[in-house]
Amino acid sequence: MSDMKQLYQEVILDHNRKPRNFGTIPGANRHADGHNPLCGDHIKLSVNVQDNKIETIAFEGEGCAICKASASMMTGAVKGKVVQDAEIMVEEFRGMATGTLDPETQANHLGKLKIFAGVKDLPSRVKCAILPWHTLHAALNAEASISTEGEVDPVPGTGIGEE
Amino acid sequence: MSINSSNIGKIRADFPILGLQVSGKPLVYLDNAASSQMPQQVIDRIVRYQKEEHSNIHRAVHYLSELATKEFEAARVKVQHFLNAKESREIIFTRGTTEAINLVMHGYGRAFIGKGDEIVLSAMEHHANIVPWQMLAQEKGAVLRVIPMNDAGELLIEEFEALFNEKTKFLALSHVSNALGTVNPVKQMTAFAHRHGVPVLLDGAQAAPHQPIDVQDLDCDFYAFSGHKLCGPTGIGALYGRAQLLEKMQPFQGGGDMILSVTFEKTTYNVIPSKFEAGTPPIMAAIGLGAAIDYLNGIGIANIDAYVKELLNYATERVSAMPGVRIIGTAKHKAAVLSFEINGVHPHDVGTILNEDGIAIRTGHHCAQPVMQRFHVPATARASFAFYNTKEEIDKLVKGIKKVQEMFS
Ligand SMILES: Cc1ncc(COP(=O)(O)O)c(C=O)c1O
Repeated sequence: MSDMKQLYQEVILDHNRKPRNFGTIPGANRHADGHNPLCGDHIKLSVNVQDNKIETIAFEGEGCAICKASASMMTGAVKGKVVQDAEIMVEEFRGMATGTLDPETQANHLGKLKIFAGVKDLPSRVKCAILPWHTLHAALNAEASISTEGEVDPVPGTGIGEE
Repeated sequence: MSINSSNIGKIRADFPILGLQVSGKPLVYLDNAASSQMPQQVIDRIVRYQKEEHSNIHRAVHYLSELATKEFEAARVKVQHFLNAKESREIIFTRGTTEAINLVMHGYGRAFIGKGDEIVLSAMEHHANIVPWQMLAQEKGAVLRVIPMNDAGELLIEEFEALFNEKTKFLALSHVSNALGTVNPVKQMTAFAHRHGVPVLLDGAQAAPHQPIDVQDLDCDFYAFSGHKLCGPTGIGALYGRAQLLEKMQPFQGGGDMILSVTFEKTTYNVIPSKFEAGTPPIMAAIGLGAAIDYLNGIGIANIDAYVKELLNYATERVSAMPGVRIIGTAKHKAAVLSFEINGVHPHDVGTILNEDGIAIRTGHHCAQPVMQRFHVPATARASFAFYNTKEEIDKLVKGIKKVQEMFS
């Protein structure tokens, strides 16, 4: 299967069409905005953490199918998890998307999220997939907004905005 | 000789990269506004320079230095004729359009624009023609005034004229918009600015590759373009500047070649154009640019202009007939650029899926974020044409767009 077909599987197209946990949570106690200035992807995350556990999580925003599906599947995957476990998944997802973690051979907790492994071969799309996870990390660490440019750039120099 | 189906194959054969396979399919290169491809003739010229002619220029009396200097200066004369400038000393080699505009900002702007002065720009400028002026405005306390545009992506000329007052000190304007393809009425706008005593810089990055440029006829004060968008190498471009203005401007960078004499107390600057060319320039790239201009002249810029317009018209006709696709930028006068949006699909997904069929388009904000804001889109997909593209390639683009729509339906 080509990189492109592997990435645009029906599951991803479905999450893009019908994103899960889409919206805001009234009374959420963690918020963060994630922005990818190069392509205009924008994710607003609201999270309710109780007793160190992610009780509810929702996202809003606009972006490409990869970004939206990644956000949608992420919210499903981390809901009910304790904060530390969610942070481990942030690290693992980042590793998988940038090619430092092979989800088939190395232990991980990514489960269905492995579907995003294909982005590592499409450098210009890595940021799209990672943005929701960076935003989650920021929300859990009480940073109000992040951007996938500059120091948190997962793959420097792959920006697609210049000409 | 006009470009048509009987000689396009021969033209394409000049470009080795057009024979490439991408994702197992023949490359369909429709990202020419970002950077064009290089014909074998230019590649050969660059190789010959490095193999037989290279040395530093303007510095020594030996054979190679004199040869390199001669070829470098010959390239300047080619640029002069390409733009129909009066004199070759009005041509300054720069790294590209961006550096040319920054040079004018530093050399002219910092010397002659002050607190409360106004700089007029258009709503469709590339960041390269916004950010330097914003930096200057911040430094000097000057103000940027923006010419608005209509929904077709045409500048509103009455509103442009209404912006002018005694504080207006500069007009910086793109000849052709890279995001929308609009060809602006720059001659008329320049004449208006001059009636108010305001100098004019034209960003020709997207105009110079496709249409004959005559800076004397346009009567502009500055004209900037990039070599890599007209089949030349990266790292080289040029600024045309009216000699009287260049002479009274401050230097841009300091260093070797831009001086006549240096003591620790005082430096006397060189005459133009050297005053603006500090340090060793990209000699190979400048000679490559000269060769690219020769190549384009061999085909004929007017022939290129006519053929690329034909491609644009064909693409516009086909794409505008597709349901669920909106063309962004529908000005009456357009060149080479087709920006579009597919209903319900983000441009980056469009770009990735087209790439699967070997089709290279640009997706994103095209370094023109204010244009994206004006049209309320985060980004667009953009196909941009060159004289080596074909109608068959446009058919492939249309097929690719259909495939995207099917996947996302
Ligand atoms: C209209 C316009 N201006 C300026 C530039 C900047 O050119 P360069 O990056 O070659 O300096 C571009 C390139 O995309 C452009 O399209």
